[in-house]
Amino acid sequence: MSEDVTERTDAGLSTVPEDVDAAAPAFGVRGWFRWAWRTLTSMRTALVLLFLLAIASVPGSVFPQRGTDPAKVAAYLSDDPVKGQILDRLGMFDVFASPWFAAIYLLLFISLAGCVIPRSVQHWKAMRARPPAAPRNLSRLPEHREVVSDDAPDDVLDAAAEHLRSRRWRVDVDREQGWVAAEKGYSRETGNLVFHLALVVMLVGVALGSYGGFRGNVVVREGSSFANTLAQFDSFAPGRGFDESSLAPFSFTLDRFTAEFQRGGMQNGAAREFSADVTFVPEPGAAPEKVTIEVNDPLVVGGEKVFLVGHGYAPTFTITDKAGEIVYRDSVVCLPQDGNFSSSCVVKVPDTTPQLGLTGFFLPTAAVDDIRGPHSTFPAPDDPAVFMSAWEGDLGLDSGAPQSVFKLETANMTRIGIEAMRPGESWTLPDGTTVAFDGYVRFASFAVAKDPGKELALAAVLIAMTGLALSLLVRRRRVWVRVSPGGAGSTLVDVAGLTRSEHTTVADEVDELASALGEPASSTDKQEEPA
Amino acid sequence: MTTNETLAQLSNQLVYASMVAYAVSTVAFAASLAATKGRDLAQTSAPVSRRSAKAEKAALAAQEEGSVLVATRTEAETGLGGPDDGSAPLAPGRRAGNIAISVMWLATILLGAGVLFRGLSVMRAPWGNMYEFSITTAFAISLTYLIIALRRDVRWLGIFVVIPVLLSLGLAVTVLYTDAAQLVPALKSYWLVIHVAIAIICGASFCVAAALSSLYLISEKAERRSAEGRPYWGIGLAKRLPESTKLDGMSYRTIAFMFPLWTFAIVAGAIWAENAWGRYWGWDPKETWAFITWVGYAAYLHARSTAGWKGRKAAYISLVAFACFVFNYFGVNIFFSGLHSYGGV
Repeated sequence: MSEDVTERTDAGLSTVPEDVDAAAPAFGVRGWFRWAWRTLTSMRTALVLLFLLAIASVPGSVFPQRGTDPAKVAAYLSDDPVKGQILDRLGMFDVFASPWFAAIYLLLFISLAGCVIPRSVQHWKAMRARPPAAPRNLSRLPEHREVVSDDAPDDVLDAAAEHLRSRRWRVDVDREQGWVAAEKGYSRETGNLVFHLALVVMLVGVALGSYGGFRGNVVVREGSSFANTLAQFDSFAPGRGFDESSLAPFSFTLDRFTAEFQRGGMQNGAAREFSADVTFVPEPGAAPEKVTIEVNDPLVVGGEKVFLVGHGYAPTFTITDKAGEIVYRDSVVCLPQDGNFSSSCVVKVPDTTPQLGLTGFFLPTAAVDDIRGPHSTFPAPDDPAVFMSAWEGDLGLDSGAPQSVFKLETANMTRIGIEAMRPGESWTLPDGTTVAFDGYVRFASFAVAKDPGKELALAAVLIAMTGLALSLLVRRRRVWVRVSPGGAGSTLVDVAGLTRSEHTTVADEVDELASALGEPASSTDKQEEPA
Repeated sequence: MTTNETLAQLSNQLVYASMVAYAVSTVAFAASLAATKGRDLAQTSAPVSRRSAKAEKAALAAQEEGSVLVATRTEAETGLGGPDDGSAPLAPGRRAGNIAISVMWLATILLGAGVLFRGLSVMRAPWGNMYEFSITTAFAISLTYLIIALRRDVRWLGIFVVIPVLLSLGLAVTVLYTDAAQLVPALKSYWLVIHVAIAIICGASFCVAAALSSLYLISEKAERRSAEGRPYWGIGLAKRLPESTKLDGMSYRTIAFMFPLWTFAIVAGAIWAENAWGRYWGWDPKETWAFITWVGYAAYLHARSTAGWKGRKAAYISLVAFACFVFNYFGVNIFFSGLHSYGGV
């Protein structure tokens, strides 16, 4: 009997979905389909999928990923080709874009939708329905008080309804039967549903961003310019739906790049300040503006943003052939190899016969020792030097095979000399060619990015967080008041409450309501509660 | 801007001083726990995990029949609850417990001053590297516990809070130590204050929740074993703790409160990442493990409302999720290289 009371009165009070054990399916396609759908949308399956999602993410942090560090992936593949190939087949270098990762989160979202949508319909109905009628025997409920009032039964019911309405309960009064029923905390389930639905919207925002956005990287030396067109990027990753003609028509010149580093102490050499002063032209013909781009302060152009993501040095070389003619003059971008900016440089001079190539290092603060050879001891240019090897022969540029500008193909070349130079020094090769190290400029690398889905994703995630907070912090509870005539014109008032949110109680509210309606019926109270 | 070396030195000395005080507090908490008489485990109602849905209804029905006193019985029996009214002689272990709390206050004030001077020495929020993050987290854990202790009697929990605090400080001053210095450019943002401060609060609370979950697991097993009359090493400890269902509830409430905040820590990180690196989510190892931690706690919250998973299994999930948090904090900086590797390790 008491079980019936609870079952009837707590219907829909909990946010916990009914855990239906997926029973053995009836034969037939429909039966199987229904069974599959029920299994997929059950809480247990969702739980398993959550575990799978967490476990599937782990290799994404263990192995280098193409999306974040393609160079490391290439290094892994060349260091251990057999294992690398197997891992690559399994998608371990592209975990978050792999079909099996997508399978897990898509199943999870289908499971989520299959669970949340029917519950939303149910909740919508529940919100518009009347609170469930008062059970006949309120004393069977977990929180129950009995008080005595001098007012008439109808007045007590009115007072109870008024008390609850002013505290924003949803109230239903039945004068004939002599009860008030009230419910509060619908926002628990609302928040729960909103949270899950907003996650789906967030996923749409993420998809929209990767479909319609792009990300490009470009290295710009001091004194050089960049125009925001496809051809000028060093690397460019567009989404499938990105239209390159929609690139904002801006351009900028890097006037000066400044960097400051910690001197002395445990963090000697750590970066302290980076800033790129640029002359920015919003669109062709517009007035140029002086702008500073810093690490946490990107340049915003419409929907696109220009981020400062790296920097380095570009030593300037002038190469003169034996006839005294300048065959090369440029500042060459050198790739930083360590925290002190020992940077590897490659110069290719295709216009001489035989062709000439230089490889070596630019060292902002040069030092040489027996173990490490030439290296840099500080990232700032305190004592810059280059250590170069010269090669002659065939650069291999005419073979048509693609070449990296940062690598010299020495298969068909011979080394003809090696030399260290400080700014202003020059070096005469055996064939009479001179290589002058004129000095250096700095370069900055920029990322230009556009993500048309990020506002949607952010809005969705903010709504999701609100829903989450409601679903975890709001209590859903019901209270009932029942009146019956007492002796000598008084009214007996039963007040009871029920909540099914975990580890919460409705006792305080029941107490408050009871004391607002009458005086404790001390004698009856003791009888009802056996020790 | 340069570092104020005097303040930085002072900060280091305060951190060491606080560790001494925490050690004293640990001993006092241990003495308090050992001296407590404890309750009779056999009287505890059947543990949650062994209840079927039907049994739970029956239990509710039993409660409806009138045994409403169940909930209030615990405090009196553990000998730890209830206010000190000064008139009655102190129950065994209470004096030591009170000393432990007082010494812990002293330790926490010393540590708080250490954190403050560290921040003042470089004029920025004192959580720019793993050393600073660790000492600030240790401070946050202690302060959270002490504030709770002002309102409730949680002396039994003290030792399980002070030990992680000491571990965190010990790691900070040995492995993670870095001199006070300015920040790398990537960290110069007001998001550092928001994102990292919330991560610190979450770390502190997850630590407390994990301690509660572990105690729940011990206590629940002890109750079951002593009802069956079988031996178990945890019985002596469990006697001195509140009922397992209460521990489970405390752990749940802590996580339920922290989970939205942890979500916000991740979202704040994403907003910052969008502004600093040009993408809000890039599966950097730190981001990946923050996500794994989030999924872990989400699984915990779901497990609590899934038949066959509540109770012990859910508690194990919460411990795994906390392990993911700890790994994200130490492991990711030590084993992987990524955009978050400026911790000074």
